[in-house]
Amino acid sequence: MFRVAPPRRPSRLLAAATTLTTPLLPEDFLGLVAPLWSTTALRGRVVAVHPETERAATLRIRPGRGWTGHRAGQYVRIGVDVDGVRQWRTYSLSSPERSAGGTRIGAKSPADHCLSITVQALDGGTVSPHLVHSTPVGTIVHLEAADGDFVLPAQVTTPLLMITAGSGITPVMSMLRTLAQRGPLPDLVLLHSAPSAADVIFRDELRALGAQVRHTGVEGRLDLAELDTLCPDWRDREAYVCGPSGLLDAAEAHWSDRPERLHVERFTPPTRSTGGTGGTVHYGGADPVEVAPDTSLLEAGEAAGVLLPSGCRMGICFGCVLPLRDGQVRDLRTGEVHGEPGDLIQTCISGASGAARLDTTTTRGDS
Amino acid sequence: MTVTLPSGITTTHPVRPPRLRPVPSTPAPEASGLTPAQVEELGRRLDEIRDRILESRGASDAEYIRRIIGIQRKLEIGGRALLFAGVLPPAWLAGTALLSVSKILENMEIGHNVMHGQWDWMRDPKIHSSTWEWDLVSDSKSWKHSHNYMHHTYTNVVGKDRDVGYGILRLSEEQNWSPYYLGNPVYNFLLSLFFQWGVALHDLEVEKVASGEKSKKDVWHQIKGIGRKMRRQFTKDYLVFPALAGPFFLPVLTGNLTANLVRNIWSHAVIFCGHFPDGTVQFTEEQLEGETRGQWYLRQMLGSANLDGGPLFHLMTGNLSFQIEHHLFPDLPSNRYAEIAPQVRALCAEYDLPYTTGNLGTQYGQVLRKINRLALPPKHVRPHEL
Repeated sequence: MFRVAPPRRPSRLLAAATTLTTPLLPEDFLGLVAPLWSTTALRGRVVAVHPETERAATLRIRPGRGWTGHRAGQYVRIGVDVDGVRQWRTYSLSSPERSAGGTRIGAKSPADHCLSITVQALDGGTVSPHLVHSTPVGTIVHLEAADGDFVLPAQVTTPLLMITAGSGITPVMSMLRTLAQRGPLPDLVLLHSAPSAADVIFRDELRALGAQVRHTGVEGRLDLAELDTLCPDWRDREAYVCGPSGLLDAAEAHWSDRPERLHVERFTPPTRSTGGTGGTVHYGGADPVEVAPDTSLLEAGEAAGVLLPSGCRMGICFGCVLPLRDGQVRDLRTGEVHGEPGDLIQTCISGASGAARLDTTTTRGDS
Repeated sequence: MTVTLPSGITTTHPVRPPRLRPVPSTPAPEASGLTPAQVEELGRRLDEIRDRILESRGASDAEYIRRIIGIQRKLEIGGRALLFAGVLPPAWLAGTALLSVSKILENMEIGHNVMHGQWDWMRDPKIHSSTWEWDLVSDSKSWKHSHNYMHHTYTNVVGKDRDVGYGILRLSEEQNWSPYYLGNPVYNFLLSLFFQWGVALHDLEVEKVASGEKSKKDVWHQIKGIGRKMRRQFTKDYLVFPALAGPFFLPVLTGNLTANLVRNIWSHAVIFCGHFPDGTVQFTEEQLEGETRGQWYLRQMLGSANLDGGPLFHLMTGNLSFQIEHHLFPDLPSNRYAEIAPQVRALCAEYDLPYTTGNLGTQYGQVLRKINRLALPPKHVRPHEL
């Protein structure tokens, strides 16, 4: 129900220490001095914030010991407290791959290295402007293990073509830095688009790498038909594309006869309510239930025969809460539509607002 | 039995009798001279107070609870460390005092309020009603049911709210007297000393087995939960920490014992002052029927009593000194009760409703008097004692 790292098996020493700290864990006391030390949650400390453009910045983060590293191109989910509320977002890692057992002598574990994410502030966004503009060095952030299959192969044997736009450069930058670390760069064409020169993240590094940078504010958007002139042998290259969904859709159409050559990174945002009352709600694995406007999720579920926890039925006791997996819900008292994946929803005072899915399998509070 | 009303309060009802009335035998002012429309308007105005807090809830509140948790953990470390030097009387005294304060903070300002869901909005799994376990023999799951649901929904409804007497005491005239209740003051004294056990047993709701509302299996399951919790608590306070002190185990043991005792006596006193001093109203089950949100609010206001004191006192009561505000808005962050208390009090004045408050000594004195009085059968109650 919460985004936490998979717990590591507690050692015998830890179990012994827990007899002293019960009902808390040793880490809850150690956290007073060593907040990264945890067996139940992966955390990191922001050690540097480096502005890339007016609205983008790279955050260097020292992860706790649970960090197992990442492969070039992967993303990480990161939780930050904004106005006191934990918000989770996904960002591509821009730092190079540091696989354990590398060629360097005395290779350290991945957790000994900092990771970097590069974030571009979205207008009206909650998390990205906070990360770019108001995250002081020393801030503790919450992390999950790196994930994603938009990755560079361990051995690059074919020529590469990389097409990126805006902040889509970040996973590709991790790939480029990783390649640079491995040795001489392979045959590689990089086409990057940004609205103007001032918006180009990693501008100097891209110039040094010989990237073709297009300023769409002046030259217009890249039409993939231009590839025949920009990169005549594009068909023979392994292509990595990352950017807005319009670019990805165009790339998938352009590579439709050789999809195995194309790798895209597509972030699917969670389902958001478009407003309105009533909707279709999934309760765990049960058949979806049509929830009428102004009917609570608890009543609608019970009427449909779903076994649900309940209590006061007036929003005070928190006995009926269920984790939200997807979609959003409407507070029947205030009309506010809210919900992020993982939120605990008070079903007795929440109604539907479009499609949503609740988890019913979690048993809570068992000690 | 007739109600003796203080002067100045009229016994004639407005056009329609209000739905909510105090249990007639309770020596309290007439609960509500309000029309149903006024009750609902009062409810809306309380909702507005709630909405203002919800809108302004943010980083400073989050910082508050994290700071209190940090302070509590440091106090606990400090207290336990000092107790290792407990052969020296000043160290024993200081260590026991720090540990007592730590346990009180942990149970009252942190545990109780976190488990109410007051901090769930932060979405921090470490400070969340669904994950919190407190430093008490009562296990969180059972407690959340008997407290958040039964007590907060059916507040002061005799027969529904088990906090009225904890299944041990006679705290309402509505409870039939039997010779067993002659021991009322003694039971209360013992409950005060062993309050954490009282809370744990109270969560079991054993009398519901007899009435068939609860299965023996459920109770047994709960007993096992409490047993596990009890074993862990005991091992920590009375076995492992004393053993770590080696030859000085005795001061550690007595220090831990004393800290638990201090916490028991203090929390019992504060909690009993929440609903049983003079002026608080008890209700019958019939009054629950068709109760509106406004009426629910009214019942919470009339059934609760505050305690006066400074900021440190409020903190040490877990802000249960704002019992009225807590019962109106059990899921608002406790650090905000102080700010809404004057607003609630002004509303009470405007609607001519009682707002019961007093200092701890006075209020607890009234509670003890009530416990003594109810030890005796009704015919022994002389009018001047009402």
